[in-house]
Amino acid sequence: MSGLSIGDVVFYLLAAATLLSAGGVAFSPNIVYSAFSLMGTFMGVAGLYVLLAADFVAVIQVLIYVGGILVLTLFAVMLTHRIADVRISNRSVGSGVALVIMLLVGGLMGRAILTAPWKSVQVGAPAPTAAAIGNAFLREYALPFELASVVLLAALIGAVVLSRKELKD
Amino acid sequence: MSVGLHHFLFVSLILFALGWFCVLTRRNAIGILMGVELILNSANVSYLAFARYSSGAYDGHVFAIFVIMLAAAEAAIGLAIVLGIYQTFHTIDVGATETLRG
Repeated sequence: MSGLSIGDVVFYLLAAATLLSAGGVAFSPNIVYSAFSLMGTFMGVAGLYVLLAADFVAVIQVLIYVGGILVLTLFAVMLTHRIADVRISNRSVGSGVALVIMLLVGGLMGRAILTAPWKSVQVGAPAPTAAAIGNAFLREYALPFELASVVLLAALIGAVVLSRKELKD
Repeated sequence: MSVGLHHFLFVSLILFALGWFCVLTRRNAIGILMGVELILNSANVSYLAFARYSSGAYDGHVFAIFVIMLAAAEAAIGLAIVLGIYQTFHTIDVGATETLRG
């Protein structure tokens, strides 16, 4: 590892932060610690997006995952738990079997990553991506874009219906 | 060896494995949803790595945004269901909600 550039160092730091906090999510015995580790994972993944020259997606990741999904998750944790009770709050079962399955499938996928003949292109300098993404959404991805809005509306109504109180009449 | 496609794919692989482990072992419904979020994030890392190193186009970014959008919808609905289960059963242990088991 002689020619370690600054970008490589940043990559390894971000990858380590991401994977360590993901490990915290997966193995922590306390659900509250899991939820806060999830924040580290999301921020680390956003940093990886920046390294991959995906500035727009990185911003969206911070806005929606950290600002939205994580807050929702924390609310759900706080609303449903006697959070001091570790055994109730984050019991896990079958770790041995799950570990074996995980290692088997992970090994297969790792082998696929190493042996597949990936196409590769010359990597250019990072450029702003928002304009190109906007054009893609309004041209070749116009139909999925509109369907996405319908899905979001359905999810919104569904969440309201699920979580409101029944009216007694 | 400078950082390339393989590095990002391995980060994505480890994220996926951890998320899957979380889904398989957790008995807490919110923990399972957290595992699903890890898996979706690993898919996004793969999409953007291929967009950068293997295609040079922006389709991967578009798919990543769709995935983030669906993850937001999934989290909202999933957590609403979890809160509903909590009101009914007074626990969110998925082993305890077995009214429909034959």
